[in-house]
Amino acid sequence: MTNHWKDIKNTDVILVMGANPAENHPCGFKWAIEARDGRGAKLVTIDPRFTRTAAVSDQFMQIRPGTDIAVLGGFVNHIIRNGLFHDDYVKLHTNATFIVGTGFGFEDGLFSGFDEASNQYDQKTWEYERGADGYVKRDYTLSDPRCVFQLLKKHFSRYTPEMVARIAGCTEDKFLEIAKTICSTGTADRVGTIMYAVGWTMHTTGSQNIRNAAILQLLLGNIGRPGGGINAMRGHANVQGATDHAIVAGILPGYLKVPNPSQTSLQAHLEDSTPEPLVPDTVNYWKNYPKFMISLFKAWFGDHATAENDFAYHYLAKPPGDATWLSIWDAAYQGKLEGFITLGFNPLLAGPDINRLFKAMSRLKWMVVIDPFMLDSAEFWKAPGMDPTEIDTEVIYLPATHWVERDGSFTNSGRWAQWKEKVIDPPLGVKSDTWILSELFWRVKELYEKEGGAFSDPIRHLTWNYINPREPTLEELAKEINGFDLKSGKLLSSFGQLKDDGSTISGNWLYSGSFTEQGNMMARHGTADPTGMGMHHDWAWNWPLNRRILYNRASADKEGRPWDATRPGIQWTGKEWVGDVPDYGKTTPPDKAGAFIMTEEGVARIFNPSPFFPMKDGPFPEHYEPVESPTANALHEKVPNSPAVHYYDGVEETLARNTKDYPYACTIYRVVEREHFVTSNVPYLVEAMPDFFVEIPEELAREKGIENGKRARVWSKRGSVEGVAMVTKRIQPLKVNGEIAYTIGIPVHWGFVGINQGAMANLLTPFIGDVNTRCPEFKAFLVNIEKV
Amino acid sequence: MNLPANNLAIKRISASAEPATPGIREMPEIAKLVDISRCIGCKACEIACKEWNDLKVEPTYNFGSYQSHVDLSPDTWLLMRFNELEIDGNLNWFITKDACLHCEEPGCLYACPAEGAIVQYENGIVDFNQENCIGCQYCVAGCPFDIPRFSKETRRVYKCNMCIDRVEAGLEPACVKTCPTNAIAYGTKDDMLALADQKLTILNNRGFAKAAIYDPEGVGGTHMMYVVPHGDHLPDYGLPEKPVAQQGAMAALAVFKRIGAYMFGAGILATALHYLAVGPESPDSDNGGG
Repeated sequence: MTNHWKDIKNTDVILVMGANPAENHPCGFKWAIEARDGRGAKLVTIDPRFTRTAAVSDQFMQIRPGTDIAVLGGFVNHIIRNGLFHDDYVKLHTNATFIVGTGFGFEDGLFSGFDEASNQYDQKTWEYERGADGYVKRDYTLSDPRCVFQLLKKHFSRYTPEMVARIAGCTEDKFLEIAKTICSTGTADRVGTIMYAVGWTMHTTGSQNIRNAAILQLLLGNIGRPGGGINAMRGHANVQGATDHAIVAGILPGYLKVPNPSQTSLQAHLEDSTPEPLVPDTVNYWKNYPKFMISLFKAWFGDHATAENDFAYHYLAKPPGDATWLSIWDAAYQGKLEGFITLGFNPLLAGPDINRLFKAMSRLKWMVVIDPFMLDSAEFWKAPGMDPTEIDTEVIYLPATHWVERDGSFTNSGRWAQWKEKVIDPPLGVKSDTWILSELFWRVKELYEKEGGAFSDPIRHLTWNYINPREPTLEELAKEINGFDLKSGKLLSSFGQLKDDGSTISGNWLYSGSFTEQGNMMARHGTADPTGMGMHHDWAWNWPLNRRILYNRASADKEGRPWDATRPGIQWTGKEWVGDVPDYGKTTPPDKAGAFIMTEEGVARIFNPSPFFPMKDGPFPEHYEPVESPTANALHEKVPNSPAVHYYDGVEETLARNTKDYPYACTIYRVVEREHFVTSNVPYLVEAMPDFFVEIPEELAREKGIENGKRARVWSKRGSVEGVAMVTKRIQPLKVNGEIAYTIGIPVHWGFVGINQGAMANLLTPFIGDVNTRCPEFKAFLVNIEKV
Repeated sequence: MNLPANNLAIKRISASAEPATPGIREMPEIAKLVDISRCIGCKACEIACKEWNDLKVEPTYNFGSYQSHVDLSPDTWLLMRFNELEIDGNLNWFITKDACLHCEEPGCLYACPAEGAIVQYENGIVDFNQENCIGCQYCVAGCPFDIPRFSKETRRVYKCNMCIDRVEAGLEPACVKTCPTNAIAYGTKDDMLALADQKLTILNNRGFAKAAIYDPEGVGGTHMMYVVPHGDHLPDYGLPEKPVAQQGAMAALAVFKRIGAYMFGAGILATALHYLAVGPESPDSDNGGG
């Protein structure tokens, strides 16, 4: 989240899209209800289904799965055509004024620089145009035909209400009614927020969905402001923390980059990763990248990381490929992976195309499953239909403590790291994750020391200085993550103290300040709210530096006055900034630097050409159909799907490319009574939502003779599931490209282990992912259906 | 007569000639207020109710609905009911918390022939005291909301007791405590009525012109009230439009009317109906549930 949960109460308009917070984030959702009832905010839901969130919303619009960019692009077009953007904000805080080079273009569904052979873009053609001084040229009148604003206007001019309706299946009237509300916040006295989740990310265009939301919010001047922002709701209590600490492929802790094979020295890696300023007045905070990276190496390898050995840079793998989840599965499927360890995760049920995953797992030599509960993943070899005699994979299951059996921190969606206490003792013999991982480390290290082995230095030289090195406490780890000054031995209070000379350590620069000489900041329980904006700076601690709203400099105008005096983020007193912890120098005058201190532009990117934070599929979002789509791409028939999508070997033949055999769009999701798969072990929750089911529009059910409460079978090109038919008005037939289109909905929570079994939704889903993240396209694929 | 050992002042006792003990102190009337417009149907209240009251897990099945159970039961005192319907071309998903409303004029208590089986406290809670229950199920027939459920296993009747043990200790009922969207409020009846008025204003401002407070007069008002966005669609929420509690002999006759057909034969029923014709309007058995 750019903002945080409680801040949602400060808004005027809430767009819930790609999410169902009433279902999946009910506790946080209270703040949306609070805004609705407390200040008369309009709550708007856009979704393929009328959800429990829709049930309490002011406005609802049903769309076809995978058409979010069509709708968001429609809003962008509506804003520009009707002059509804926040003019001062756009000029001051975005790159709308930047001039793009003559190389950039977009034609028939392709941006410039596309290479058909590799399915990849050369991003060089998207670069800005520089002036004689080396900095990017700008046009504050927004009239230059090659300024970002004009390019944006042209790009989205195709997204007319008629086109939105044709693609998404809503009516033009409904779209305009919703657009009127969503696009009403482009003034200083109004602000709107967006709540999204994996309904946006789980598409081949997932990253561009979020980009489009950013563009929308920037045009309306809603980023950085209380009550504004783009708020990603994470799916578990600590997904944000896991992401921050590098559970996402392609990053190291704190969003530092994984080295690649061409970066043969630390210097080369740092040069590739440290942006140069594009304008004179940008803070360009990523210029500090070397300090963060070298402090991380010092945390990992201590005295073995020295200037002489590139701070142990060469201990790190420099993988040629990516280690995304799909790529790991693919390696296993191709027989290139010997084994894997999974921890706090049920990868079999959570992955796409389970039949493929069964094969992938069967080709592993070994697999270690660490979890408080026995999981389907650990018992894949005896799943229904599997023949254990044909599977050689050795599976080791290690029961581990549950989070109620440990202390530690949870980082919530709003980036608040909150320390929790242990509630109960684990069952006898059950070990903590830290015990298990420490033992693994020590035993491997001892083996290396006894028997030797190739390239053992990274293991033998790993720092492991804990009171009990066989089971570090989470407090010790938290301190190490926060970081120390090695000279004084004191805990750091800010990442501003990190150095690139090896004199500081930090396991994650973003968390510097979370555990200081003053104590564990994450364990604070102060409820005071001096700002009156629900910021509660004395409650727990959030990254970065306890700053509750990211980019909060943009909550104020050129002179540092809040856009809306009743809802200040930060404001300039003439001497300093007050309010939230400023995302800007505390005493830096408002006109000294751009508001967006993390970008090399100093402003926010409506158009993204950055080689440091690249979008592999275009500097602007564009509507591409899901890889499995029930209809043609109404914008460019010849380029129906995102052109830069990666197809793993052997996957194309598992995809349905015709609508004759697979005529219906399908989407999968969670329900509030369940939490992924773990709740199959909780009797009251099984009682509350007992069976796997299939949601079917009434009209389609009639056509197929399927009765409510009876059974239906749904199949894709990859697999088949059967369950209770839930015939509903909540999914209406849509008119898409002139034809009736149906959507079918399926919940994800069932498997073959636990007190309650049911069909596995991911038997149906395609093994294909987002261009940038490879996040699987769980949310839109094709199926057929029949009554059982 | 054995009564529960709590400190709450009793107002009425079933089948007792004795006036209720006056109690030893003043006690405010309490109430829950369910704001249907804030309810997301997450069922946290349903589960909290089961957990706090140690109610058994029941085998359930999906019958083509998000609703967990087809009906209330001796082990399910609170049920979220789901109902899809279109109003003026707009789809609505009505989600209603179905549980005892704790009537000021409790039809169950008036119908109960077993001394001390049903107790109404001064604070408004109507509690079933299974120790004194004779399993006759007159309360089931006497309830205008179709709430009490008979257990064939224990041959007693059960329903929500508003977490009387929590309330006595100054805590809110479990359903209130757990509600993530503050859709259920709890306090004195006066405060809840005032809050209901505020909520009504909010709903009117949001365009719900027919929004209403549900605190039906026919049962003297209730200690679980609702704020209903579509006040002209009460039966679609599973809320009877004009519930009535029968008092004294009328209560017994009402029971006969509802269960008499198979217990006493058509002749007696006809007589009862004749009597009832001049009495107050009787509860409509079709209005329960939803």
